[in-house]
Amino acid sequence: MREINVETVKNEIARMCIEANYDLNPDVYNAIEGACASEPSPIGRNILSQLVKNADIAKASRKPICQDTGMAVIFMEVGQDVHFVGGDITEAVNEGVRKGYTEGYLRKSVVSDPIERVNTKDNTPAVIHYNIVPGDKVKIDVAPKGFGSENMSKVYMLKPSDGLEGVKDAVIDCIKKAGPNPCPPMVVGVGIGGNFEKVTELAKRALLRPIGSHSPIEYVKQTEEELLERANALGIGPQGLGGRTTVLGINIETYPTHIAGLPLAVNISCHVTRHASAIL
Amino acid sequence: MSDKTINITTPISRETARSLKAGDSVSISGVIYTARDAAHKRMLENLEKGIPLPVELKDQTIYFAGPSPAKPGEPIGSVGPTTSYRMDAYSPKTIELGLTCMIGKGARNNDVIEAMKMYGAVYIGAVGGAGALISGCVKKAEVVAYPDLGSEAIHRLEVENFPGIVIIDSEGTNLYETEPPKYIQA
Ligand code: SF4
Repeated sequence: MREINVETVKNEIARMCIEANYDLNPDVYNAIEGACASEPSPIGRNILSQLVKNADIAKASRKPICQDTGMAVIFMEVGQDVHFVGGDITEAVNEGVRKGYTEGYLRKSVVSDPIERVNTKDNTPAVIHYNIVPGDKVKIDVAPKGFGSENMSKVYMLKPSDGLEGVKDAVIDCIKKAGPNPCPPMVVGVGIGGNFEKVTELAKRALLRPIGSHSPIEYVKQTEEELLERANALGIGPQGLGGRTTVLGINIETYPTHIAGLPLAVNISCHVTRHASAIL
Repeated sequence: MSDKTINITTPISRETARSLKAGDSVSISGVIYTARDAAHKRMLENLEKGIPLPVELKDQTIYFAGPSPAKPGEPIGSVGPTTSYRMDAYSPKTIELGLTCMIGKGARNNDVIEAMKMYGAVYIGAVGGAGALISGCVKKAEVVAYPDLGSEAIHRLEVENFPGIVIIDSEGTNLYETEPPKYIQA
């Protein structure tokens, strides 16, 4: 058994909440910068160059890239030989979010009840996914997610007979319907398989993969490439004002499913797709 | 659509609003107010109960935004636009009450566009997610109503050269409809 004090987890999470919100990951940054050169729409090019400038300002002046600093989504892969000491782990995770969002001057966007809607004023609670894995390490991914894009995400319970074509059409339809609302250029996470709740987690996890990375499964990789091309032919463009830079990357994750179903989830994210990770 | 940037100073009269055309690049200076869903809801519910609006809307500009907190010594944190369709239920009323300019991101519904045409108002897009860049245009910020709403409170901002693009003009021309078709690839 390896002992890890929950205080360490708290401090790491606080640091990662700030880092993810101030420093745009290089994969996203490079994708936006690259698109500046290839975008045929003049309005689109102007917008993309503003986004590059925005990311530079955020990094240099230690400010959030976007004011919607998101709801904190945290993936914890906990080695089965780890023993947390010093307190309640879930409380420590939330304590870390509280500390990061307060000390980093990040926006508090969480309400305590979906109907009564009173702001918790510290951005807690986070959405936390725990997974138990072999080993004695803890891997933490912090992915703050804004809701302009979250609101454009969808779950489809397709029929097996809809097949891969049905999946592709639904993903493209979801991107088309999202249009200008999720601050395109978007990043799109897709989950295929599992069941109703598993498929949404797959889609969210797909967003943790860097842009340009591909699934090791050949047909999935080809689908990622084909969908990216189709999405960028929709004409939506940066901010939905026309152009060929609608989506920067599409990542797909799959999981076994039931004989009677073909679940699909499309998690739309924006050009401020944030992610920080650490291994303890 | 013109290439040069048009400088506008708030308050914006109905006539000025009507002179702006979809596709114009604008640079806005003067006072603007932030308001999101919760502030709109409260303003209009209060009005029905006979409680006056916390700010006079005639010729004013509402920016759909909720800033991140200011660091010590700075007027404001990051302050990009939020998605405007959530205000579609309220905007026809605020336009009727005198509002001439809305700044946000994303599509608007027909009721809003009809009100813009009828009264003379304009919808300007700010770059969504460019919160750090836009914060540099804000010279002064103060909460003028509903402080209990935190980031969603109504903030009075003094801005200089706030960059935007006219997305929907007072004739109903809508860049979201006219531009994307040009780039569709079959
Ligand atoms: S969709 Fe993304 S870029 Fe747009 S406001 Fe939300 S977090 Fe910011």
